[in-house]
Formats: sequence, C-alpha cells, structure tokens
Amino acid sequence: MRKIAIYGKGGIGKSTTTQNTVAALAESGKNIMVVGCDPKADSTRLLLNGLAQKTVLDTLRLEGEDLDLDDVVKVGFKGTRCVESGGPEPGVGCAGRGIITSINLLEQLGAFDASYNLDFTFYDVLGDVVCGGFAMPIRDGKAEEIYIVCSGEMMAMYAANNICKGIRKFAEAGTVRLGGLICNSRKVDREAELIESLAAKLGTQMIHFVPRDNLVQRAEINKKTVIDYDPTAPQADEYRKLAAAISNNTKFVIPNPLEIQELEALLMEFGIAD
Amino acid sequence: MSIKDIELPVPGEQFKLEILENYPPKVGKKRQKQIVINQIGADDSVPEILANTRTAPGIISMRGCAYAGCKGVVLGPTRDILQITHGPIGCGFYSWLTRRNKTRPKTLADTNYMTYALSTDLQEDEIVFGGEKKLMAAIDEAVALFHPRAIGIFATCPVGLIGDDVHAVARAAEEKYPDINIFGFSCEGYKGVSQSAGHHIANNKVFTDVVGQLDTPKEGKFRLNILGEYNIGGDAFEIERIAEGCGVTLHSTFSGNSVYDEFASAHTADLNVVMCHRSINYLAEMMETKYGIPWFKVNLVGAAATAKSFRKIASFFDDAALLKQTNDFIDKELVEVEKVQAILRPRCEGKKALLFVGGSRAHHYQELLREIGVETIAAGYEFAHRDDYEGRQVLPNIIVDADSRNIEELTVTADETRYNPRLTPERQASMEAAGFTMNDYRGMMPEMANGSLVIDDCNQYEMEKLIEYYKPDLVCAGVKEKYVVQKQGIPMKQLHSYDYMGPFAGFVGAVNFYKEIDRLINSSAFRFTKAPWDESPELSATYNN
Repeated sequence: MRKIAIYGKGGIGKSTTTQNTVAALAESGKNIMVVGCDPKADSTRLLLNGLAQKTVLDTLRLEGEDLDLDDVVKVGFKGTRCVESGGPEPGVGCAGRGIITSINLLEQLGAFDASYNLDFTFYDVLGDVVCGGFAMPIRDGKAEEIYIVCSGEMMAMYAANNICKGIRKFAEAGTVRLGGLICNSRKVDREAELIESLAAKLGTQMIHFVPRDNLVQRAEINKKTVIDYDPTAPQADEYRKLAAAISNNTKFVIPNPLEIQELEALLMEFGIAD
Repeated sequence: MSIKDIELPVPGEQFKLEILENYPPKVGKKRQKQIVINQIGADDSVPEILANTRTAPGIISMRGCAYAGCKGVVLGPTRDILQITHGPIGCGFYSWLTRRNKTRPKTLADTNYMTYALSTDLQEDEIVFGGEKKLMAAIDEAVALFHPRAIGIFATCPVGLIGDDVHAVARAAEEKYPDINIFGFSCEGYKGVSQSAGHHIANNKVFTDVVGQLDTPKEGKFRLNILGEYNIGGDAFEIERIAEGCGVTLHSTFSGNSVYDEFASAHTADLNVVMCHRSINYLAEMMETKYGIPWFKVNLVGAAATAKSFRKIASFFDDAALLKQTNDFIDKELVEVEKVQAILRPRCEGKKALLFVGGSRAHHYQELLREIGVETIAAGYEFAHRDDYEGRQVLPNIIVDADSRNIEELTVTADETRYNPRLTPERQASMEAAGFTMNDYRGMMPEMANGSLVIDDCNQYEMEKLIEYYKPDLVCAGVKEKYVVQKQGIPMKQLHSYDYMGPFAGFVGAVNFYKEIDRLINSSAFRFTKAPWDESPELSATYNN
C-alpha cells in the first residue's frame, strides 16, 4: 500500500484535486482509502455525493469505547473507502490533537489492514503544517509520499516552501519523502515555468499542471468529481493524467526549502518579466 | 546577633570554578551570575546575583510551576473558597493537601472544603473539542453540592494550549449564580520561569475580585493582617496564639487558616505585615496604594525574630498598654525557649547546614538554625527575585525581561471612598527618624556570613557537589531533594511540608525545630547507613538462557 498525504495552502484546491485523482485511480481499478484530516469534514464530499454523516471524533464522543470501523468508514465512488477525522468548532479545543487521536484510532481499529487490499491511502490535510497535529500524517511512517498542491501565486508558493520545511524535518528522521508539486492553475503569468522552476530548486518535480476549468465548479455543485460528473470531458483526462503520474512516480526526495530571498527572486524572474 | 565570617574548607571561589567548568559554556556563563560568594560591604551592600531567570533546559531544577504557586501556595490554604482545577486529573490530585497547610474551622458545622479535591478531569475528548462546557458543568455540580461563598477556577497547561477561557466561564457562572463570587486564575503551569509567576497571578485576582468586597471590620483595637503565612504544619495557629497573647487582633492571614470573609474585609485592617515577601509583596503594595494600609516585613521563624517582629507591631500601634502586654508575653514565652536552647546549643554548635528552599524560607530558617549554633554555609531560593536576595533597594535596577512582562502588572489607584492613610506623614516621618522601617525588606544576603555561598535556582548536580565538597551536617530543602540527600547518609529536613511535623514558627515552633534538628544531627542512624555501593561498588550478574 502506498500512503500519500496531500498538503497545500488553504483554499488552493487540495480536497478537489485529491478526490478527482482518487476517482481516476478508482476508475482504473485501484483500491483506495481517503482520510480527511480537516475539522470541516469536507474532504470526501465529492466521492460520497454529499457529506459523510459521522466523523471519527464525533463517533468516538458518542459511542465511547464501542466503536466499530463500519461506523466511520463510508464506501463512495467505485468502492473508495472514505473517512473524515472531524474536529472541534472553529475557535475551540485543539484540531491538531484531534487528528492525532483520530489517526491513532483508525490504526487501532484496523482501517489499514491487509484484508482491504488497499493500493493507496490518501490523507487530505488542512492547510499548512501549523502544529504537531497537522504533521501527524507524515510522522511515524504514516504517509510516506507527499504531494503539495500549489499555484503560481506568491502565497501558495510561500506555503509550499513552508510545508517543505516540515517535510524535511520529518524526512531526516523517518521515511517520508516529497513526491512532487501539483500545480492547480490560477492562470497567472508563465505559471507552469514558475512552478517547474520552484520544483527544481526544491529538488523535486512538477508532477502535473492541472488547467483551470469551470467544469470543476459545476461538478462540485452537483457533489461529484469531474470523473463522475462528466467522464468524457477533457478536464477528466487531466485528472487521469495526474493519477497516472502519481501511480508511476519514482522520484521521491528530501526537499531543500528555499530562503525567502530566493523565493522572491524567482517571482521577479517569472512574474513580472513581461 | 552578629554573624561571624565563614571559612570554607574549599574556598567558595574554587568550588564555583569547578562547578562552572563542567557546564556547557552558555550554561556556565549564566550560572556564573547565579552562584555568588557573599561579601557584605559598606552600608550592607552585597554582590549582585542573577535571579528569576529561566532554568537552562536539561538541568534538574528544584523549581515548581505557576499552577503550584497560585493554587498550591497562595489560594490552597484558605478553607471556604471552593477550588476547581480545570485540567486533567493529575494537577488537582497532586496539589491536594500535599503542602500540609492546616486549617481549623471554628465549629464542626463550619465550612471546610480543604479535604476535597475538585477537578474537571479533562479527557482527550475535551482537549480536542474544548473543555469550557465541562467546566461549567463542574461549577453547576459544585454549586448543587456545596453552594459556596466563592469559587476559584485554576487553569492548567493543556487548558491554556487549547484556549479555554476560564474567565469567560467564571463570568457566565456568576450571572447564573449571582450570590457566589466566582473568579478564574490563568495560572497555567508554563507561565513565567517558576512558581513565582503563579504567586503574582494569585495576588492580582485576590486583590481585584476578593479584597474590598465586604466592608465590615472585625472587632478589635489593634487590627492587622499577616501576609505570606501559609500555616504549614500549624504555623499560623502558633502565630494566632502569640497575636492574642500580645493583645493584637489578627484580621486575616493570607492565607493560612483563613476564610473568604476575612480576605474580603482585609482592607479594613490598619496594618499589613509581610512574612513571605516573595509570594505576596504585590498584595501589600496594592493594598497600600488603594486603601492606605502601611506594611512592613516581619519574620516569625526563630524565637528572637518572632519577639522582634511582635515588638515592632506593638510599637507601630503606639500604645503603652499594648507594648507592655507584648513585652510581658514575649518575656514569659522566652523562658522555655531559652531553657531548650541552653540544653541543645552545645550539642549542635558549629554544625553546618545547606538551605535551598522557597522565596523566603532559605532566609528565615537561617535565624532559627543560628539560635542553636548551626551555621548556614550555603543557601539559595528556588524562585525568588533579586530583591529577596539583595534587598528592596535594588528594585529600580531589576531588568524586567519578557518572562516577567508576560505576567499582568495591575495599575492601582487610591480608592475614591475607602482610601484612608493610616499614618499621617508627620507620624511616619517621626517613626522613620526613630529607626522604624516601613515598606522595606533587606533581603537574605546582608544577613548571611561573609564567605558563605549564595546560589539561586540550585540544581541536583550542584547540590551533589556541595555535599561532596562541604560534607554538611544537615540539608534543608524540598521533597525532590530529600532522598538524594538522605541516601548519601546526610540528615535532611523538608522545609516545604516539614515532614509530618510542625509548627516551626513562633516560640513553640522554635522549640519544636531545635529538638527536631538535634534529633536529626545527633542521631546515629545516618552514621550507620551504608549504601550498597559503599560496600561493593560494582554489581555483577550472569544471564542464563
């Protein structure tokens, strides 16, 4: 089983990209589990055609110790197994601790057991690696491959670079590696070149450039992935290409995060060249 | 009592050098300023010492935490403020009566919550989803069971990390129960560099939310509060006995053997005397600014110090009958004290002690030991500040670092209706001219021998080295040090909890202490103690499959 975590700046399109990629992999016959690590619990909405009823943490609260894996795992698009960690309301408690609790519990319950013949587990993690809790999926050999979703916007690249600092810290002590950057296009100038150049400086690759298409929005309104909503659309093929690239990827590195000056120089070179 | 110079078998400078050599350079540089060889100069000037600063990570410190200072030390000894620890169960459980602060309700029907430990017992669930609801439920439950006058809520580390707002819950609970005074303390253990932060946090809240709530004074002509006496092993009981014998009315003790109403009306007393300067000088100063109550420092540990302190209290009230009653009472008390001193002093004379405790005890107990001839060769505080070592004149020169700034400093002004300066400027001037000091604390170092060692925030390594170099006859410290010391065959006395004994304050306390120290120092048990490694330093064993 390959264990993959998806990180990236808030609002960049992690959940959408992850679910579309998972849908493409599922379509090609892979067994996949998706673990949403966001208190909003919206990481599996498109695969389940709506929000999952119960999160791991809510179930843990209500059921106490009599917790069954079937209470929290919902089967979605083409057999994908979907779990949401859940977490507190905004502004209270500790979401980071919630993720740690939830992932430990899933392991205890045997969610990743060999009997499920999983080919992939995807962890979809909220935003930046802000604290120890959000680093949980890359600690202790849980996720071993990381993909960072970014765009050519300054703050998205800044966040990607920051996430690389977190990866480096855990990579040096463990097995986690960076698999590449996924560019989710925002249609900024020379975006592909910019992200390719950033990837090169980090020591990794841009694994795929996902063009911007309003179809994604339409599919989301219908609570579906593009693959599910309109399988013949060109955008569906883009996600199939991304899925194939991840599936065939062999380039796993410990990233070299950039100094802020280097990052700004990169933007100067590509961003305002014209 | 004049203090003789000390000549250590290994000079303090050499000891210090050898200690510092073994530290990493950065740690050594800091510790170098915290280990001082005492030298009293002209006008009682003493060397500068670095204090109230972070302990270097990795050092086994003797310090406690802010929660311990707030809940354990300052608020713990009061019996009718219901105290709820908001956090996982350990903090509440291990601060439950472990300081041995006693209390004595007037009748069996009187309120006494000290035997209870109340905690929200936070679980993983509340850490993730927030614990405020559980805290409110705990308050509801506590009110249903006890319906107390007041409730104090104490925040622990995890509560601070997840951002539970204990003050907001306290306000909401007060709206729900308007006849109960409910207040929260942000005394998360990690605040500040030691328990000292917790004392300050406790002082602030007691001042803003409790003192001044009740304007009914106690009956009595000469009314005073004693601040910073926590009734360990019954010390406050002995002090109450002496106060009564001398003819003064003890309005409130902060906080040994105290009740809420005494705190709430403490501003009606005419004098504050401060026992533990470190833990409660804030309250003394704020009460002076707001209500005009003067304060001075006393020491009620040691017979001579107790006598001196009560004579000073009597002369403050400037009443011939009171002065006579005080002097007569003290003279009568000193008869027994001097009798015991005469027997025990020859048995203890010249013995050497190490004293590492508290923020005032390391100072106060030197006097008590000196009364039976035991010399203190090295002493230091766990959590005191420079003024407790060198005297309050250094206050303007203390550099306030970020750790201290993190603790709220209240801005206090005179109360519009209740400010009433108890001394006229003329009377204060004439008292001062006659050598009567107010608002002052000289600190520990001017009362220690030249050549003795003063060590701030001493640690296990330095303690072991002190024992190795100086082979003391007695060590006084806390429970964390106790067994390390005793296993080396050296008598050890806990001065936080008194090891199931007490009182040690006042006259009866002094006699108790002399006898205990004699028993410890002259007992043969420690000489007969042989540790296994003294006989066979290396253990050998084989492993069989």
